[in-house]
Amino acid sequence: MNNLFSQFWPYTIDGLSLGAIYALVALGYTMVYGVLRLINFAHSEIFMIGTFAALGTLHLIGMPANVGGFALVGLVLLLAVAGGVASGGSAVILEYVAYRPLRRRGASRLAALISAIGASLFLQQLFARLVIPKAFGLPKEKGALPVQGHFAHKSDVIHIGSFELSNDKLIVIVGAVLMMIALDMFVNRTKLGRGIRATAQDPETAVLMGVNIDRIVTATFALGGAMAGVAAALYMLRFEETRFDVGFLLGIKAFTAAVLGGIGNLRGALVGGIVLGLIEMYGAAVFGSQWQDVVAFSVLVLVLMFRPTGLLGESLQQARA
Amino acid sequence: MRSRLIKVVGVVAASATLALGASACGGKSKSGGGDTVTIGFMGDLTGENSGLVIPPKQGAQLAIDQYNATNPKVKITLKTYDSQGKGEQAVPLAKQAITKDKIAALIGPTFSGESAQADPVLEEGKVPNISSSATNAALATHGWKFWHRVIGNDNVQGTGIGEFISNSLKAKKVFVINDSSEYGKPLAETVKATVTKGGAQTSEDAIDVQASDYGATVNKVKAFAPDAIFFGGYYAQGGKLIKQLREGGVKARFLSGDGSLDKGLAQGAGGTNADGSVIGCPCLIDPSGTASAASKKFAVDYKAKFNADPAIYSAEGYDAATAYIEAIKAGNTTPEKINDYLSTIDKPGVSKEIKFSSTGEPTATDVYVYQVKGDQLPLLGNAKNATVK
Repeated sequence: MNNLFSQFWPYTIDGLSLGAIYALVALGYTMVYGVLRLINFAHSEIFMIGTFAALGTLHLIGMPANVGGFALVGLVLLLAVAGGVASGGSAVILEYVAYRPLRRRGASRLAALISAIGASLFLQQLFARLVIPKAFGLPKEKGALPVQGHFAHKSDVIHIGSFELSNDKLIVIVGAVLMMIALDMFVNRTKLGRGIRATAQDPETAVLMGVNIDRIVTATFALGGAMAGVAAALYMLRFEETRFDVGFLLGIKAFTAAVLGGIGNLRGALVGGIVLGLIEMYGAAVFGSQWQDVVAFSVLVLVLMFRPTGLLGESLQQARA
Repeated sequence: MRSRLIKVVGVVAASATLALGASACGGKSKSGGGDTVTIGFMGDLTGENSGLVIPPKQGAQLAIDQYNATNPKVKITLKTYDSQGKGEQAVPLAKQAITKDKIAALIGPTFSGESAQADPVLEEGKVPNISSSATNAALATHGWKFWHRVIGNDNVQGTGIGEFISNSLKAKKVFVINDSSEYGKPLAETVKATVTKGGAQTSEDAIDVQASDYGATVNKVKAFAPDAIFFGGYYAQGGKLIKQLREGGVKARFLSGDGSLDKGLAQGAGGTNADGSVIGCPCLIDPSGTASAASKKFAVDYKAKFNADPAIYSAEGYDAATAYIEAIKAGNTTPEKINDYLSTIDKPGVSKEIKFSSTGEPTATDVYVYQVKGDQLPLLGNAKNATVK
């Protein structure tokens, strides 16, 4: 308890920056669920691909070191674009290879779920055995080890008493919130966004109204993937290290955040992510770090007992408000 | 070595071997008879952890070649068994070594997990075995008569590092972190108990190896404001932990055990974050030969023979082979006589005095400390008297 009070601000800032990354990844789960009623378990690997795209970009531009100030903001922007394109692209390919054939043949949702788990394992092993050793010139058995890319010069932007905010956490929080606002506006204000909402609401009627479902699904995967890619760039800024299974635990947490906020609901993902991040940190402060997941999941169960559809309720179309 | 493998299987394997081994071991395993005696070396010689096993194998090879070069009455041949570090491979290899190859003694198995499974077979086959690197404390608790090791166990290590923190660093506030593993948790607990006895105030936390954000732990460390931080765990998490601690503005000295004795620690920490951190290990890695005259000679001979610096556990491999060489020099060539000799041996080795307690543990409790500099880990000295610069 004492820990929590004496270090309240550091815990809060850590929780917010962690939650912001959860929230961005949660968007991918929530959007795909909204449109297809499918839990895309391979989304965690889409995130992993984003981290490697960001790391690869760093290597391409000659591995800068100790970048700080506005140069860092610019660099992160570049990494976010690289991560977004790579992850968005991979998500579209994934949908094309792993889900579309099943959908065309009218397979059950369970089949798609198994396909998702298969794709997730396939991508992990593909990276551990082939891509990582090849790309970074490592011996084969080292592909499962973490790969680092240290580039940021981290310093405190604000420091008042025990309130300290470092530049990387500030960029993560602000970047994530800006992306969420942009996505929210896109879904609510554009024609494509209207198509996504219509499909989420009632796919059959949407088709009758002239919505091209395949195009909508592709757009959904691309957008969700791109958000995971941006999250990956922010993750690299924060931790400067990745590995083939980096998405596993983070993916579970992000999925939890999506459920906590109300799966299928965009704003729910933001709320769920931030709430989960804060609960984890506060829980760790009070009970010890080894309990942080236990606390987080206990809260999830409690919330779902009283609000079975999550904090903000379930469906995507309600996010219109 | 640290036990990563699950050891439950060991019990099953052991009872199976009792049945299988009984008939096979009826005949006395006389080795070679007159001129040569065969000694085995078992460990992960080609797998992903072979980097920890090739050095002790080369150390043993060096000792035996030096002995054979003196033209003794009984020569020694070294036969290698590649267990891949896996218990399920070590068990049949051990049986083969006993019944078919009739080895007189074995160096290894090198890891704790495979040892837990193969050692009962060796015990049943009455073949003396000395491990150069299996450090799990529980291995000494089975009442095995033929089992020995020339490396301090995890409790010895924890005590050594704890005393270093109390006596040399004179830390008054120590924050102890563990990775909740079978290796890291007891190690951290031993360190904590030792520094508490040394009069230090402690606080602790445990991390999740899967997590990427150790912010909660960092904030706790900040609130406690310690002089020293000990982490019981492996280098992959250790590196990340150092990085996040330094980014969080924590400047206290970072210490860890042999699980973190790897270049990967400094790489994970990034930049110069890990510099000055102190890593303890019951093993002696001393390429420049600063520890003792024997260590100096070993380093020179090793380098001349293999064109490489002595690495992790090579001195221990050398010492394990030396124990058998001394036994054979004294005229003992059968497994049981060699084993009897081991209970009385008292000879200076490279890494420590070669002398075993009745349980098979080395009586020497030397722990060595290494200090991170760049991505190198040069020897600082024996934990009992080393001082940090």
